[in-house]
This record gives sequence, C-alpha cells and structure tokens, in this order.
Amino acid sequence: MRGQIKRTADTDRFSRWKRTGVTSAAMATTTVARGSADAGSKAKRKAPFPVEFYRSALGKKYVMALTGIMLMGFVFAHMVGNLKMYLGAEDINHYGEFLRELLVPILPRTVFLWLLRGGLITAFALHIHAAYSLTRMNHAARTVGYQAKRDYIAANFASRTMRWTGVIFALFLVWHLFDLSWTGTGATWVRGQAYQNIDNSLSRVPVALLYIVANLALGIHLFHGAWSLFQSMGWNNPRFNPMRRNFAAGFAGLIVLGNVSFPIAVLAGIVGN
Amino acid sequence: MSTELNLTLKIWRQAGPDAPGAFDTIAAPGINDEMSFLEMLDVVNERLINDGKEAVVFDHDCREGICGTCSLMIDGQAHGPQKGTATCQLHMRKFADGQEITIEPWRATAFPVVKDLMVDRSAFDRIIESGGYITAETGGASDANLTPIPKPVADAAMDAAACIGCGACVAACPNSAANLFTAAKVSHLNLLPQGQAERYSRVEAMVDTMEDFFGSCTNHGECQEACPKEISIDFIAMMNKDYLKSKFKNRKTLSRN
Repeated sequence: MRGQIKRTADTDRFSRWKRTGVTSAAMATTTVARGSADAGSKAKRKAPFPVEFYRSALGKKYVMALTGIMLMGFVFAHMVGNLKMYLGAEDINHYGEFLRELLVPILPRTVFLWLLRGGLITAFALHIHAAYSLTRMNHAARTVGYQAKRDYIAANFASRTMRWTGVIFALFLVWHLFDLSWTGTGATWVRGQAYQNIDNSLSRVPVALLYIVANLALGIHLFHGAWSLFQSMGWNNPRFNPMRRNFAAGFAGLIVLGNVSFPIAVLAGIVGN
Repeated sequence: MSTELNLTLKIWRQAGPDAPGAFDTIAAPGINDEMSFLEMLDVVNERLINDGKEAVVFDHDCREGICGTCSLMIDGQAHGPQKGTATCQLHMRKFADGQEITIEPWRATAFPVVKDLMVDRSAFDRIIESGGYITAETGGASDANLTPIPKPVADAAMDAAACIGCGACVAACPNSAANLFTAAKVSHLNLLPQGQAERYSRVEAMVDTMEDFFGSCTNHGECQEACPKEISIDFIAMMNKDYLKSKFKNRKTLSRN
C-alpha cells in the first residue's frame, strides 16, 4: 500500500515535471527570443583559453578593464611627458628624441617605441571591440524599452555616456594623430619639432577649443572607467572600496587639468615663441 | 489618522505577449493612504470589475516582501520610490494627493510581458537550474553546528541569500543585466563550506546561462539601489573573481581548489 502511494506520487511528479518542461520549452521558442533552457550547452568548438574567455561577457569586461588600465597608463605618461612644454622647446624636443632612442644600445632606434605602440594599438582595438559587442548584447537584452521616463538613482552622467565620450575621444584621437604626428592640419608642421608644432596648431582658437572639449570627454570617460575597472576585475575589499571612487575622480581630474592646461597656456602665451 | 488620496494612474495595458500595448489613464479617487500599493491596485480593479471592465493584471503573492513575485516600474523606479522595499510593502502615504503615477512592467527581452503588468521571469529559473544547488549527504540529518562557519562569512552569505529573485535588478539596469541576481545566487552558496564542492562549476554554469538571456554589467550600480533586499554590488565583484579563477585556472576540470 505504501509503495503504491509512493509510486503514484512519483508518476504524478514526473508527469507534472514533464508538463512544465513542455510549457517552458514552448514559451522559450515563442516569447524568449535570445536563448532557451538548453542554450547553455553550445555545440561550439573548444577554442584556446583566452578566446574562450573573451567569448563570455564577463571575459570581455576583464579585457575592457585590463586594456583600460593600459590606456590609462599611456594617457598618464603622455600628460606627464607633455608637461615638458613648460620647460621649453629644447626639453620637450629632446624628450621626443629620447622616446625614439629608448633601449637603443640593445635594440635599433625606434624599435622599442614601436613595440609600445603595438601594445597600445592592440589595447585600443580590444577595448573598442569589447565595447562594441557588449553594447550590441545590451541592446538585444532590451528590444522594447521603457515607454515612460526612467528615474535613475545611481547611474550618473559619466556612466551613461561612456559610449558617447568614448566615440568622441576616438574620433578626436585620429584627428590628433594627423595634427601632430602624421601630416599636420594646415598650420606649419615639421616632423620632430614637437614644441613648434604644438605651438602652431594650438594657437588656432577653434583647434584649442577642440582639444579642451575632447579632453573633457576623456575626463568624463575616465571618471566612470577608472572606478568601473575595480568591479570588473573583482577588486573589491571593504578596506579600500571607499577609495575607488576617489581614485577615479582624482585620476580623471589630474588628466583633464594637465591636458587642458596646454591649449590654454599656448593661447595665453605662457608657452610658445 | 488616515487621509484619502485622489490619484491618476497611467497603467500599461497589453492584451498578450505579442499584442501592442499602451498606457491607459485610470482615475483612482478616495485611496486610503494606509493601503499598500498592491491594495490600491486591488481597489482600482474592484471598481473596474464593477464597471464591467477588465481588471489590470499584475504579479503578487505573499504581500510581505519575501516571495519576490510583485514587480512594477513605478514612476521610472523599480518597486517605486522607497529604498529597500518591494512594491507590496510600499505604502500609499509615500505619494501625494493629486499625483499622477505611471506604472509599467519590467522591460527586458528575457522578461516578456504576459499581460498588462505581468512578466514571465522564468529565465531566472534557468539560471538557478544550472548551478543553484549543493551536494548534500543522505541519511540522518547531521548536527546543525557540525560545520564551523565564521560569523562574518555566515552574515555575508545571508546577505546574498536575501535575494527574492524579483527581477528589479534587471528592470532597473540600463543594460538589462542580471549580474546582481546571479551574483547573489552564486555567492550565497560559494561563500559557505557546503557550497565548495560545486564552487567553480557553479559560477561558470550560472554566468554562462545568464549571458544567454541578459545584458552585460557596466557598473552603473542602479541594481543595488533598486533591490528591495539592498543586495550589494560587492557580490558582483566576487562573482567576477570566481569566474576568472574558474576559467583561468581551469578549476572546473582540474578539480583543484
């Protein structure tokens, strides 16, 4: 008798399970467009670890954070290096030459600089690709948006405009490379004469304004990015958590202060011929 | 002393998953300010039924903030304006007389609208299924204090376990990411000794399932503010760390801790 009851209960449970299984599968095909219960077992070929890791959104966030740290390092060094503008033409031009001659007795001239540039270009490409594919994923995750106004509590201007500040700065960067590294953009431009080139370019008011606006965009981007990277990297500890926001604000402020000072100094005549 | 509120509700009405929806303006006069938000909707529905109209469909169950069934985007905020409170425990005294209140369902591709304000949150069940379990010994129940757990660890696990799976984190997230929900469910077991057996397979399986349905985290912190159980985004960082450990050190297959 006992066994019989048990068996009936089991069959009952099984049929109930089967029924819910069927309904949820049917639901998945009609309403949930982006995946189903068995979507976890993708029949993808096993790729090498880094590729496998990069395929996941969490992996892409790690890549965003790591490349972000590399780019932050570059932006910081770039700003500090440019401070030599205030020491005069000889100092900054000599500094430019020094970069080309890094590790010269070991490697030929400019080879190490190109290695650094290679790393930087790779970091940029990965940062942009990860941002692009995560953005697409996020758009797909909410195809029908809120019809009424949202009231954000924690999301700030910086965190919500990351895509815009990033794109604005990337476009500026291309222009900046043409302006001071590749061809010049109208003003007198001589390769290797960093001080004179900067002075000539930034003496034009619209160009100076462009540099200021672009660096403000960079500052906004860094204000969120330099905080966000800690979470993405899993660097979370009650002992230093309150410092993370301060670090991001301080870093962004420092970069903006340094970089915006150059066009202002040129326009004000503090730097220049 | 209770006072009466005269409200105007802008409620999202949608006949079915694939039907087009629109906001419907419904007057709600004479609302007692001691009612909960859901009781207010009950009154509105009774009036609609008396008028021969169709009642507004919304999710609700326990009405004491522990089941995670109620939802609602109230004036652009998940679970309304009061921090750390589910809609069922939000009281009408938080609203002013004459106010217009906009009520919308959770919006996410993985949470399709069933009808009006009710959404299908079974994507969360898929995440739980993939790793929200532990291996437990059979036989007689062992003594409850057999496994020593430091108090701070037990507290942290309890904070994570407070998640009621309502989906407010997804609804509030500008990216429709479910990282806070998944992180809470992962951490709740990963923090405790009983959860160590599946620690790394759990985090991989649950994160991978999550990514089949939801967006990615960009660290806005909006989920933490919307969460009726005030679960911290610290858990997301913990989940990220375990995911990296699992992937990078191949712990799932190497079976080394």
